[in-house]
Amino acid sequence: MTALRVEAAGPGVTLQDGGRHGYLRYGITAAGPMDPLMHATANRAAGNPLDATAVEISTGGVTLAAEGGAIGIALIAPGFRIALDGAALPDAVALALEPGRTLVVRAGETGAWGYLAVNGRIAVAPVIGSTATHTRSGLGGLDGRGLAAGDRLPVAEARLGAVAPHRLIAPWLDRDPRVIRVVLGPQDDYFAADQIAAFLAGPWTVSPRGDRMACFLDGTPLTHARGHDIVSDGVAMGAIQVPGNGLPIVLMADRQSTGGYPKIATVIGPDFGRLAQARGGARIAFRQVSVAEAVAARRAERDVLSEPVAREPVVRTEFASDFLLGLNLVGGVADGRV
Amino acid sequence: MIASADEPRLLDAGEAALVVEFGSTVDPAISDRVLALDDALGADPPEGLRERVPTYRSLMLHYDPLVLDRAVLAERVRTLAKGATRRAAATTLWTLPCCYDAPHGEDVAQVAERTGLSPDAVVATHAGATYRVYMYGFAPGFAYLGGLPEVLAVPRRASPRPPHPANAVVIGGGLAAVATVPMPTGWYVIGATPARLYAPERDPSFFVGAGDLIRFEPVDAATFDALSAREATGEPVARRWESRA
Repeated sequence: MTALRVEAAGPGVTLQDGGRHGYLRYGITAAGPMDPLMHATANRAAGNPLDATAVEISTGGVTLAAEGGAIGIALIAPGFRIALDGAALPDAVALALEPGRTLVVRAGETGAWGYLAVNGRIAVAPVIGSTATHTRSGLGGLDGRGLAAGDRLPVAEARLGAVAPHRLIAPWLDRDPRVIRVVLGPQDDYFAADQIAAFLAGPWTVSPRGDRMACFLDGTPLTHARGHDIVSDGVAMGAIQVPGNGLPIVLMADRQSTGGYPKIATVIGPDFGRLAQARGGARIAFRQVSVAEAVAARRAERDVLSEPVAREPVVRTEFASDFLLGLNLVGGVADGRV
Repeated sequence: MIASADEPRLLDAGEAALVVEFGSTVDPAISDRVLALDDALGADPPEGLRERVPTYRSLMLHYDPLVLDRAVLAERVRTLAKGATRRAAATTLWTLPCCYDAPHGEDVAQVAERTGLSPDAVVATHAGATYRVYMYGFAPGFAYLGGLPEVLAVPRRASPRPPHPANAVVIGGGLAAVATVPMPTGWYVIGATPARLYAPERDPSFFVGAGDLIRFEPVDAATFDALSAREATGEPVARRWESRA
């Protein structure tokens, strides 16, 4: 059977579908992509359902090869360095990965997460209704763990797209990472007005110790008006809890289903990915929006994903060394004509 | 005003989740209202309601705002909350075998020391009570249980103890719990049940719901082993009892 073979994988590279929904009431984390919009866009470009299983690539990077036949892929990893047999490719690209060739994805200067979708179906068995990997509870993906060298990802119902690499054009993924929109609450009444203003203005520095569970923020600590312990209640994705030390923690895809710190605000769904893509050291602030504004942003996202993702043939804009070595000098500088 | 007459507070947790808050404390009367609303919404869920997460004092509703308008959901919740103050569904009681002996009841001696009870009295007191599943949280299948007798209300540890095995029966901070997944914990491990409240490969993966009642039935270590072997074959060792509320 056709399969993607993992030649190498850094920590934090996992399989993710749209998430394990319906079991929060039993303490089961939804998991799913850190950047849902980018995950859905990669699936859209590959012609799959938006919540299909894809490879989520961390800054640890991944090296992949095809087995048993060519595999069409859509790879979107803005800021990452992507190379096919050593030749650089755009960071959003569709291509056919043929057996014997090697696709390398490495972290660049920016971007924390990328997504690789296949034209077909990554055929791993769902666990509790989903293939989303949650490593803390060992659920989903391959044996509930991250991908590692030697893993094979069977590809069912493989369809081949264009063989030559095409650049994917998804301008909605060019998101300003500096301002994250939030809806206040559910426990904003645990903070005085000046503390809410201080929270929104920041600036906050994203700590490097974040992971799929939480994004830690450094800055001037906030003070609580009514203590920092609450009787546990539910936790939404993007909930911003403020523990005793006053430094906000944004709860991400692998968060627990309930929690006992006051949550000053919640990142709106369309901005989860914008925050998730911020690497350690990035500076951010928050902007308060209404529920209605957040819903309008969601609707705009849905509309964008209802259209096919545009593509154009890759035209070399940067000359890789192998390309330069292959050129023949046809004349001296003096022969140059305009 | 008594709790049952108060309107719940509706708090937004972003644009896709609504917290219906009935109170701010751990209280069986508040839990009743949470679970009654959970039942009522579960019996006739509006389209677009994705998940209901009951906790001690609130019901979190995850919804798709492109399908279900917040105002429509809020109105539905307010209407249902007026009538739903007691659970209408049948109450389910589970009896779970529990071995309090070595090697399972690792921390019974410590609890005895902290409470001034004898180890036998710790076990008899824990096994003599009826618990209610208030909520799940923290980890898959981790069930928070109310109903722990006051004499066993030891505070949680200042720092976590080493990991316990799966399906540990634990107490701490005035609550009891069944901890389905091995992990370090600030709770005291006083026993283990061979019943697997959570089994990811089983369908359904869970059988005990929030609001269900639980009693623990003491068994010795040999019986624990025999029951664990039965459970491993897929034959459930928890027993279920039904009564009308």
